[in-house]
Amino acid sequence: MRFQPIDQAAAALRPDTRAAIHSGTKTGHEKRTRLLFDNYADPNRLRELAGGIKQHVIENLDTYLPAVEARLQSNGARVHWAATAEAACGAVLGIMRARGATRIVKAKTMVSEEIELEPYLQRHGVEALETDLGEFIVQLDHDHPSHIVKPIIHKNRREIAASFEKNGLGAFNDEPETITRRAREFLRHKYLEADVGLTGANFVVAESGRIVLVTNEGNSRFCLAATRCHIVLVGIEKILPHDRDLALLLNLLGRSGTAQQLTVYTEFISGPKLATQPDGPEEMHVIFVDNGRTDVLATECRDILRCIRCGACLNVCPVYRQAGGHAYRSVYPGPVGAVLSPLLLGKNFPAKADLPKASTLCGACQEVCPVNIPIPDLLLRLRDRAKLEHVPSPGTPPMGAWALLATTPVAWRAALIGGRLLNYLPTSLLPVPALRAWEKTRTLPAWRGGEFRQWMKNRDRRPG
Amino acid sequence: MLNHERPPLTGKRVQLMATCLCDAFHDDVAVATVQALEHLGCTVDFPEGQTCCGQPAFNGGDWAASRRVVRHTVQTFTGVDPVVLPSGSCAGMLFHGAVLEFEHEPDLPAIEALGRRAWELGDFIVNGLGVTRWPGRLEATVAFHRSCHTRGTASGAAAATLLGSIAGLRVVEFGEGEQCCGFGGTFSVSFPHISAAMGDLKLEHVRAAHPDFLVSGDMSCLMHLGGLAEKEGAPIRILHLAQVLRDALQGGGLI
Repeated sequence: MRFQPIDQAAAALRPDTRAAIHSGTKTGHEKRTRLLFDNYADPNRLRELAGGIKQHVIENLDTYLPAVEARLQSNGARVHWAATAEAACGAVLGIMRARGATRIVKAKTMVSEEIELEPYLQRHGVEALETDLGEFIVQLDHDHPSHIVKPIIHKNRREIAASFEKNGLGAFNDEPETITRRAREFLRHKYLEADVGLTGANFVVAESGRIVLVTNEGNSRFCLAATRCHIVLVGIEKILPHDRDLALLLNLLGRSGTAQQLTVYTEFISGPKLATQPDGPEEMHVIFVDNGRTDVLATECRDILRCIRCGACLNVCPVYRQAGGHAYRSVYPGPVGAVLSPLLLGKNFPAKADLPKASTLCGACQEVCPVNIPIPDLLLRLRDRAKLEHVPSPGTPPMGAWALLATTPVAWRAALIGGRLLNYLPTSLLPVPALRAWEKTRTLPAWRGGEFRQWMKNRDRRPG
Repeated sequence: MLNHERPPLTGKRVQLMATCLCDAFHDDVAVATVQALEHLGCTVDFPEGQTCCGQPAFNGGDWAASRRVVRHTVQTFTGVDPVVLPSGSCAGMLFHGAVLEFEHEPDLPAIEALGRRAWELGDFIVNGLGVTRWPGRLEATVAFHRSCHTRGTASGAAAATLLGSIAGLRVVEFGEGEQCCGFGGTFSVSFPHISAAMGDLKLEHVRAAHPDFLVSGDMSCLMHLGGLAEKEGAPIRILHLAQVLRDALQGGGLI
């Protein structure tokens, strides 16, 4: 019997990997919830407020994008518009070539993963090195991140130590302090050798043109302190109207993502270095990436563009906990990824139309989302879309015959009686795959179709 | 989040939507629902043409099929009386899911009107009828699984109020209560591995709390968890909220 790809991936996941994912996500979720409810009387009101701000932005991008462009330009940054992944990669390469540069140090940017920047640059003779510890380890292993804020949640320290040894970063030692120190020593030189620092942006403020970056390792500061040119790769949906909105969004992001009141580093970058400033990149480029986002905006699933990439929905999601991030075959895994990843494919939506099925629709994701995205409703909309586009869905029972039965009361009542056959026939003989899938791990209760209706009838016949 | 606007009740006549699971498997839950409501002085009508709320097709992605079933349900539950369901999930389908899948349909107002009449049983008793103390007695320790489709509704708190008020009844907490049981409708058969693994985790937490019964307002979760436990050879005893309420009335000699 064929089941859904994510179910198969979960079945194949190594037990120790699953245990690591479960413990990391459970701890993350519990700390987040404690902190939010300790700090605020009504965090849910804050989530709704933040959601409203981001929804306002995505519904008014036509005015915010030109406004932010003008503001960034007046701050001295150059603005580039990239409609596709290829255009975004090309823009980075163009900046590199114009400077005669060959080395980039990267602080974490999900968009660079999304547009597959690193292999592109490699093909064109440019080295792009990850400086976030988790991302650095992923890069060393030619692996992929499996979580939005904890890219190596699927790895244990023994695997990391073995990989360091293999890559010439010292003899096997799996103490986290040693691993971190070795990465730091290796990376320090790389910062100094690099020409360009590449970062993402957590927020871009329309009012001030501020680029806001949050990190816990300080690596983005090194990227910017040691290089002459700063490239910001950012999705067009990352805009906030006002600086004051940061008070709300930063407080929610830190608590939701890593259960911190504030991340260790929060950087506000207002442009390239001024003549009066001693250091910092003298050149700054902001590349706004569309890559399918305006297509998402045109759908009824546009609310997903509110996402601020905190990962709280991954942490709480029971399906993510069982399957891990790689099962989603996408840069963005978990509940948010199950909506965003297929949508970003545009016309190729069917290739990932199975992702929205990977949910019990339990709603835990919406309950924790700092911008209150109605993720279950969006998953449901995409299931409908998959059906309308005739995408096959392994294991999903066909509903046409059931709907006919459920709209024909006479047939329904007959089926209630007829179903009693289930009590006598082994399910292996029945042509209903769903029943066999059920009974593989669960017993089916005795069929008692019609009993309640009979009970009601008998009462109605009672005298008095 | 999912709480819907409902007009205040004017009478005690209600329509019962038994749900397809109680219609096919769990008749005693529907019986208990009738008995609990009648004890509160309600007159319970059971429209014979009723079938299902339409949720299997809605969640399965076949909205066209689901809308046919929802339309049938709207035509079956005529009038203005509240529609009470012994299921948070099916009630949520009527006041949230159906509204979503009908947003571009001309008959949306009729769908919304049924949604405003739909109540999950515990919510109806506590917030509809204003009953916050349940009479009778039931000597038992129970664990309450708040089914996920009551997230953001008043049903979870309503059930806790009722259970907490029953003489002799003790409610025990268990770990990771916010986590789903793994049922998920068609998910349970299209993702059988993950579904069972989620259920096993839930069972582990429930067993560690040593309740006499696992209680929920939704038979779907209980059918999944009870079925898993039985297949594993370590059955657990399950009770629907309606059965707890009815059993308490019986324990107190009230019915």
